[in-house]
Amino acid sequence: MFDVIIIGAGVIGSAIAWRLARHDLNVAVVERDDDVASATSKANSGIIHAGYDPEPGTLKAGLNVRGNKLYPDLCRELGVDYLACGSMVIAHEGQEEKLEKLLLRGRQNGVEDMAIISRDKLLDMEPNVAAEATSALYAPSAAVVSPYQLTVALAENAALNGVEFMFNTPVEDVLVEEGRVTGVRCGENIFAAPIVINAAGVHADRLAQLAGAERYDITPRKGEYLLLDKAMEGFVRQVLFPVPRGSSKGVLVVPTVEGNILAGPTAWDTEDREDVATTPQGLEEIRREAPWLVSGISWGKVIGSFAGLRAVADNDDFIIRASARVNGWIDVGGIQSPGLASAPAIAERVEHLVGGLTELNPRQDHVTQRKSPRVSQLDRMKRQQLIEKDSAFGRIVCRCEDVSEGEVLAALAGALPVCSLDALKRRTRAGTGRCQGGFCVPRLVAIISREKGIPPHQVTKKGPGSPVVSGWLDKGWKQ
Amino acid sequence: MNRVKYSMVVIGGGPAGLAAALEARELGCQDVLIVERDWELGGILQQCIHNGFGLHLLGEELTGGEYAQHFIDQLAQTDIEVMTDTMVIHLAPGLITAVNPQQGLLEIEAGAIVLAMGCRERTRGAISIPGTRPAGVMTAGTAQRLLNMEGLMPGKRIVILGSGDIGLIMARRLTLEGAKVEAVAELMPWSSGLTRNIVQCLDDFDIPLLLSHTVVAVHGSQRLEGVTLARVDDNFKPIAGSERHIPCDTLLLSVGLIPENELSQQAGVELDSTTGGPLVDQHLQTTVPGIFACGNVVHVHDLVDNVSLEAQRAAAGAVRWLKSEIARQKTIPVQAGEGVGYVVPQRISLPQPDEITLLFRVKRPMVGATAVVTDGEKQVASKKLPFARPAEMAELVLEKGSLEGCGEQLEVSVVERSDSR
Ligand SMILES: Cc1cc2nc3c(=O)[nH]c(=O)nc-3n(C[C@H](O)[C@H](O)[C@H](O)COP(=O)(O)OP(=O)(O)OC[C@H]3O[C@@H](n4cnc5c(N)ncnc54)[C@H](O)[C@@H]3O)c2cc1C
Repeated sequence: MFDVIIIGAGVIGSAIAWRLARHDLNVAVVERDDDVASATSKANSGIIHAGYDPEPGTLKAGLNVRGNKLYPDLCRELGVDYLACGSMVIAHEGQEEKLEKLLLRGRQNGVEDMAIISRDKLLDMEPNVAAEATSALYAPSAAVVSPYQLTVALAENAALNGVEFMFNTPVEDVLVEEGRVTGVRCGENIFAAPIVINAAGVHADRLAQLAGAERYDITPRKGEYLLLDKAMEGFVRQVLFPVPRGSSKGVLVVPTVEGNILAGPTAWDTEDREDVATTPQGLEEIRREAPWLVSGISWGKVIGSFAGLRAVADNDDFIIRASARVNGWIDVGGIQSPGLASAPAIAERVEHLVGGLTELNPRQDHVTQRKSPRVSQLDRMKRQQLIEKDSAFGRIVCRCEDVSEGEVLAALAGALPVCSLDALKRRTRAGTGRCQGGFCVPRLVAIISREKGIPPHQVTKKGPGSPVVSGWLDKGWKQ
Repeated sequence: MNRVKYSMVVIGGGPAGLAAALEARELGCQDVLIVERDWELGGILQQCIHNGFGLHLLGEELTGGEYAQHFIDQLAQTDIEVMTDTMVIHLAPGLITAVNPQQGLLEIEAGAIVLAMGCRERTRGAISIPGTRPAGVMTAGTAQRLLNMEGLMPGKRIVILGSGDIGLIMARRLTLEGAKVEAVAELMPWSSGLTRNIVQCLDDFDIPLLLSHTVVAVHGSQRLEGVTLARVDDNFKPIAGSERHIPCDTLLLSVGLIPENELSQQAGVELDSTTGGPLVDQHLQTTVPGIFACGNVVHVHDLVDNVSLEAQRAAAGAVRWLKSEIARQKTIPVQAGEGVGYVVPQRISLPQPDEITLLFRVKRPMVGATAVVTDGEKQVASKKLPFARPAEMAELVLEKGSLEGCGEQLEVSVVERSDSR
């Protein structure tokens, strides 16, 4: 019996877990996939938007601006990289009026320190901006994080504070008795709780329907990206947006916290909620559109591509409410962009809703910090000390990202029970670099096998059904 | 932090690094160190259990491991120092920063540095194959390491994209281990692998080689379930309607190798945009004085014998540089002319006291061609190339003294002569 069950361990479910963990509650997170951040929260632009984009008065507007303000401290506490880079909306000839509109909207939403800057200033700040750019809306409060590093950090802190994470556990039914939610069913297992929070991303509308709560519909909208090598570091310094056209923010060029450059996303509605395949058309569109913002982007430096699904609700706003029909059911749906930027503020709001359903008492032994050693970021003296304490920190297993075996072992023994290659990648960055795992995969398979006591052919890329290899050679080929 | 000092430090203990270190010692360099990130020496050869190594240099056909062992055995007879399990994390002229579990961080001062870091494989990301990202998509070299060194079977039903040599070798290897290799798809209208590998690894096992084909989609959410292949037109664009689906659990990529030069760039070494390796002169000296380079870090070789020879030249250059014996009165560029993809060395330092070996690749297969080296209007050297293929590196030697009175640049070109058949 839990006090609260959260469905979904994306950034939203994890942020809610992190927030609720400061109270004396018995909280569980049930997640369909084998790790946190395995859906939309791993595949987005990672931008902590300033907040000038949403229509004033919407949930999005208020929560975005509040979330943006919470981020610097949050990242400091949890040891999450935070790139305070600011953002620019770029205008070409004749589009300057649109910038004025955004500026006004931003001020209404409470965004501070924005300014429209001239071409000269723009060129000063962004030397590679396209020749056609005439001016830009500069928002210094915009920032960039690694969305999966953030989600892992939130979830690990929650787990340290007693939240239980159950992976590979899809919710198949919601149990409701006499207008009150009583728990969820996952396969054979029933997990009971009087409060269930639905943070199931693109699947949230279906779960709301299963619960019999107020109806809403989600349309997945796919966004594809190209990721460029760190050799491009510094090519853009702030997040660059084109002036808005239609429903999406257009194709952006974004510096990542690791020093890569990200170009994308596209915006294509799709029927299939599992469809995160990249397409030739999508990747082509990025190559075609990005030069609108910058000149001289080098597509030969692409090291990867990926796609994520925005959960677009029919009212085009976040849906955050305690159900009036099903007592104890809380919907957190339609969390499309700026969902990441809003996550800590959404978590606060949900905490407030939970407070309306049950009494909240502070947890006595709550820890706010989280530390995970990142060898490559330590100064030389600290690094040397760490290696002298534990020599595994002196053995590099990922040569592109300079990740040591010690960091991999720490991740495997961390607060969250993970053992797939993708899960390690999210925690240590091993395999995210330019060789895309060519060097480290054999090493990581061996380490996971040794540490978890499983044969190497049972090591997976991303949970059940995704073995890295199909068998081993032992006097012939054994399954 | 530990600080040590050597006359010469070789980064990388593959065939290039081994040969360079041995040659340097042979030529009288007193203290030589090899730094290698793997647990053992031998580099990529450790996983090459097939034969075909050493025919030119050692006069016998060895496996990769045996070829490497030949040099490792020689090394054991010397006082050359070796640090394995040691990763170089930063490079500056004369100063290497490395890390290993035993000593932690190390600062290594070096009189001369020889870069021998080899190359890495191009990835799926680099060629942007659209589709999902399941397990079972890997480079051919990763599969080779898994199979030949870790004893792990990458998959059972295989498609290989790219007909580079590692891909061809793996097609045979996986077949011998009981897997079904459905096809090898190659974007170009010709294979980038050696002819002997196409015959011995594909033809002998009835594995189809689909030229002018590529993978246009990857399917499956957890483990790979299949790929869509399509034929491409002359501009390498997939031809609509030519798609076909092939069920498979593994896609191996053998789509090219990239010299590994992130460290070189840190030290300010200038790269050649065609080879991806440092710009070098005939001594294999890079644009940073005292930093030399050899093997696949300079340009991708198809035969290890050539790597060892190049490494010996680099070591000789480095030893002479240490003795201040390299004069650089003038440097002239060597350009890739008609029909030629690239030439190494890209520049020649004059005066030229010795013969100079030029290595180059033709741009497309040619029969009965002639390679010529010209200095403006003047022909400096020439050589017949009866069968020239991009996959096979060609060589031309400039005799001692042939560049006397030479002008501002040399050009290597290869032309097909219809009359020479
Ligand atoms: C292309 C793109 C770009 C974006 N860029 C930005 C940006 O720059 N800035 C920003 O602020 N926002 C951005 N967003 C939005 C942001 O990514 C999302 O708002 C955020 O990630 C949503 O998090 P989530 O936790 O709601 O969803 P998810 O990350 O999708 O998490 C939902 C989780 O629920 C699990 N789940 C689903 N069904 C079940 C079930 N039945 N049982 C158990 N578990 C279940 C899923 O497996 C998943 O892990 C972008 C989104 C996209 C797609």
